[in-house]
Amino acid sequence: MRPFLDLFSLLSILKFLAAWMLLLSFALLAQRRLLSLIHLLAWQGITLALSTAMVAVLTGDRLLWVSATLTLSLKGLLIPFLLHRLLRRLQVRGDVEMSLNVASVQLLGIVLVIFAFALAAPLAGSLPAATHGMLGIALAAFLLAFLMMITRRKAISEVVGFLAMDNALFFGATSATLGMPLIVELGIALDALIAFLILGVFFFHIRESFESLDLHWLEHLRENQ
Amino acid sequence: MILLWLLVVVALGIPVLAFLGDGRRGRWIFMTINFAVFLLSLLAAWEFLRHGPLTALADELRMDALSLILVLLNGVIGLTTAWFSASYWQQEVEHHHFSKGRQRLYHAMFQSFLATMFLALLSNNMGILWVALEGATLSTVLLVSLQRSGESLEAAWKYFILCGVGLAMALFGTILLYFAAQPVLGDGAKALLWSALHQHASQLNGTVLTLAFVFVFVGYGTKVGFAPLNTWLPDAHAAGPSTVSAVLSGLLLNVALYAILRFKSLTDAASGTDFAAHLLLAFGLLSLLLAAFSMLRQHDVKRLFAYSSVEHMGLIAIAFGLGGPLAIFAGVLHMMGHSLAKSSVFFSVGRAVQEADSRELKDLRGILKLRPTLGWSLLLSILAIVGMPPGSLFLSEFLIVVASIQRAWFTTPLLLLGLGIAFAAIFPRLLHMLLGEPRTPQVLVRAGGFSPIFLQLFAVLLLGVWIPAALAGWMHNVVGILQ
Repeated sequence: MRPFLDLFSLLSILKFLAAWMLLLSFALLAQRRLLSLIHLLAWQGITLALSTAMVAVLTGDRLLWVSATLTLSLKGLLIPFLLHRLLRRLQVRGDVEMSLNVASVQLLGIVLVIFAFALAAPLAGSLPAATHGMLGIALAAFLLAFLMMITRRKAISEVVGFLAMDNALFFGATSATLGMPLIVELGIALDALIAFLILGVFFFHIRESFESLDLHWLEHLRENQ
Repeated sequence: MILLWLLVVVALGIPVLAFLGDGRRGRWIFMTINFAVFLLSLLAAWEFLRHGPLTALADELRMDALSLILVLLNGVIGLTTAWFSASYWQQEVEHHHFSKGRQRLYHAMFQSFLATMFLALLSNNMGILWVALEGATLSTVLLVSLQRSGESLEAAWKYFILCGVGLAMALFGTILLYFAAQPVLGDGAKALLWSALHQHASQLNGTVLTLAFVFVFVGYGTKVGFAPLNTWLPDAHAAGPSTVSAVLSGLLLNVALYAILRFKSLTDAASGTDFAAHLLLAFGLLSLLLAAFSMLRQHDVKRLFAYSSVEHMGLIAIAFGLGGPLAIFAGVLHMMGHSLAKSSVFFSVGRAVQEADSRELKDLRGILKLRPTLGWSLLLSILAIVGMPPGSLFLSEFLIVVASIQRAWFTTPLLLLGLGIAFAAIFPRLLHMLLGEPRTPQVLVRAGGFSPIFLQLFAVLLLGVWIPAALAGWMHNVVGILQ
């Protein structure tokens, strides 16, 4: 049977998706509006699901289709939808306050990407040729999400950063290693969902206690107060 | 089979307590379940004595000497915590007017925390180990935020975000491990099984595993509370109920360190260098010293002992970093002694805090005169934690110092400095708490829950003077596993 796409074009699609993933990470880093942040997160989830599906076609592993479906429904649709609803119910408005300006954060991001590729380069030798560079991209997206987390002030954007980190990890797991064992992935997905639900509950409590979702209210616990 | 039963019983407790875990009934169910779990862990130890390492579910679950020791510790501390919780929690409910729902949440989350601890120890799969530790974080976040006050929400949020990021790093490390294992063990679940990895460890790519270890070390190290990643630890210990502080210090920190040790033995074999040991040694010393100095300026009793946990975890890390049979033996002994002693410290302190309705050290004084039993339990448990002979912490600290002289002499002065400062930070406060001018109790507390504390202290004493032959054999086995 002739495969409907040859190996070469499948791989280029996968590489394109990887680049897209990195681009979305940068967009998340630059975006100021909360609503757009959530949309970008959803796009990232969808990209992740697509790349998992690509790997499933490439390797012919049936279980990866389960993983791709799960990713699409959970990370691409459900979590962004819930975040969106949360945002409306909490009536959070306005821009995300950043502790650094956009330009310097982006520059820092570029440095992080270079660092990630430098770190991943010595490992590329042991990779199957197909996935050269994927590990570097996953690591870069991970570090960018981390950077986003530490430069934001609102609880919601911190959570978006957290979820973006999770996406980057999943990308690393599926694209660089061509899929973790399913049982582990299921466990990780379950944890992510529970974590998200707990955070959602938390928002309400934080808002109740501090009447704001701004995290500078959460800076009382310091040494020598 | 027994492993599966153990997990099933401990996990079945979660839904039961989620529906029935309120009031007197809830406290009794909680205690009964954990008594059953304790018996099952004893049974597992018996099976281990007869057959050696146990496996179940096609090697997905596995118990060797290292996990057995920690499983037994989990069983004991789970039981004593449930026992102590019966009277402690009743008082908390009356004081804070916790609703029935909140009581069920407390018991169910406590049980789910214990379940994830057992899963982490019994799982042979490094991915499931991660899932279990993440699950432990999620359940304890809800326990820390139980009071829903500004302080507890803040502590829980900080805990969640810091440990969440840490665990994400550990997951990346786990992915890298899988990535290194694929060429050797092939695709599929087998490539993450610790026993299989350990068997083929020398064939794994050393560079990849070293990088993986760095991620795992930083990630799980956040949970262990290595300085400078320990900022969540004092807050979470102070804000949660004392029973939660007791299991955070007594179980969670140990299990997180256990995860690092599992990775370390793989990394050592794959890379053939002492990199992992040096990392443990450096961060252990840093944690020991930073925590000891921080203890000097604490004015909150629970924060003081939270920092003391960081100090002791640093000490244990130093022991495993030094390596060699003596140091590893001492490290395992210190893990056991610290868990038992620290949870009794938190139990006693929790009682004292309830009575004074304040965590400030200046408000806690003259307890020996006011409440002799509480005074004695405070005195004995704190003496045990500062490493007074004949407690087991004295023995293990002594052995660690001896091992440091043998293997890395330059660490010895730093080690002694840290231990000395920690002692100087705790001891004067202990005298003040016990003998100072008594302060009128703010809240009338029914006495109770002292039997588990004294039982644990007895165990600490026993381990200091006589280690049962079976346990000593397992501890020697651990040396084999970790080298």
